[in-house]
Amino acid sequence: MSKKQKQMVALSAALAISFGIIPTANAMHIMEGYLPPLFCVVWGVICIPFLAAGFFSIKNTLKNNRKSLTILAMAGAFIFVISSLKIPSVTGSCSHMTGTGLGALLFGPASVSILGIIVLLFQAILLAHGGLTTLGANCFSMAIAGPFVSFGVYKLCLKLKVNKLVAVFLAAALGDIITYGVTAAQLALAHPSESGGVGASMAKFLAVFAPTQLPLAILEGIVTVLIIIGLETYAKKELKAIGFIKED
Amino acid sequence: MKEKKRTGLVIFLLIAAICIALIPFFALRGAEFGGSDDAGSEVVAEVSEGYEPWFTPILETAIGGELPGEVESLFFCLQTGIGVGIVAFFMGRFVERKKLGKEDSDL
Repeated sequence: MSKKQKQMVALSAALAISFGIIPTANAMHIMEGYLPPLFCVVWGVICIPFLAAGFFSIKNTLKNNRKSLTILAMAGAFIFVISSLKIPSVTGSCSHMTGTGLGALLFGPASVSILGIIVLLFQAILLAHGGLTTLGANCFSMAIAGPFVSFGVYKLCLKLKVNKLVAVFLAAALGDIITYGVTAAQLALAHPSESGGVGASMAKFLAVFAPTQLPLAILEGIVTVLIIIGLETYAKKELKAIGFIKED
Repeated sequence: MKEKKRTGLVIFLLIAAICIALIPFFALRGAEFGGSDDAGSEVVAEVSEGYEPWFTPILETAIGGELPGEVESLFFCLQTGIGVGIVAFFMGRFVERKKLGKEDSDL
C-alpha cells in the first residue's frame, strides 16, 4: 500500500467508527441515589433469596450437564448485548431492552437473577448507569420480576398449546414491559405524589416509561425469537440437555 | 420444507426488527432522543420537590465529575463487544459442528 492509500483507509475507518458512536444518554434503571436508603435496603434484602436460588439453580444445571455452560454463557452474553443497545422509540426518547427473557426460558427465572446482576454491576460501576445503592431495586425489576413473568407466560402459552415461537415472543415482550412496570412502581413507592399518593405518582412514571418501552418490548420479543430459532437449528443437542426441547 | 419456511420467517423478523428500531428515528425529526431515565428523574423532581439524590455514582466520585460522553460510549461498546463476542463464538462453533455433520458430539 502506498502512503496515500493508507491515509485513505485510515480516513474511511475513522469515518466508519464515528458513525458507530451514537450520542448516549441514560436510559432505564433507577439512577444512583434516587431511592431513599430504606428502600434500597428493603429491595436488596428481597433480592437475596432469589439470588441464592439462582446460584444453586445454576450450580445444579452445570453439575447435571457441564456442557450446558456454553448455552448459559450465550444467555448471559445476550443480556450483555441487548441491555447495552439504546434504541430510539416513538416518544422521541431512547431506552433499552433487558434481554432477560431468553435466559429465563432456557434456564428458569432464578438463574437469570445471577446473570442479570452481573450486567447491572457492570453498568453501575463502569457506566454510572443504574447504581450501587439502587442495585437491589434494579435487580428486582430487571433480573427477577421480568424473568419470572417471562417464564410464567411461556409455560402458560405452552399449556394453552400456543405455537412455541409465539409463546417465546409473548414471554420476552411481556417480561420486558413488566420490568418497566415494576421500575415505575418502585419509583412511585419511594416518591408518592403529594396530592394523589402512590397511585398518582405511579401513573406519572408509567406515562413516561410505557409508551417508550412498548415498541422496544416488541423488538425484544422478535430478537429473542430469532436467537431461539438459531439455537434450535444449530444447538439441538444442548437444548435437549437443558430440557428446552423435549426428546423426540 | 420446514427449514425453508423458517428462512422466510427469519428474514421477515429481521426486517421488522430493523424497522421498529429505525422508523421512530426518521419519523420524529428533531426529537431529542434523550434517555427515559432522564425523563424519570424529571418526574421524581416533579412529584417530590426538592429531592436530592443522596449518593453519586462511585465512578463520578472517583473521577470528580460526570463521565465524558465519549468514554461512556467506549464502555457501552465494550459491553456490546463482550456480549457479541461470546454469542458469535459459540454460535459459530454450533454452525460449524452441524456443517461437519457432527451434531451429536459435544462442544
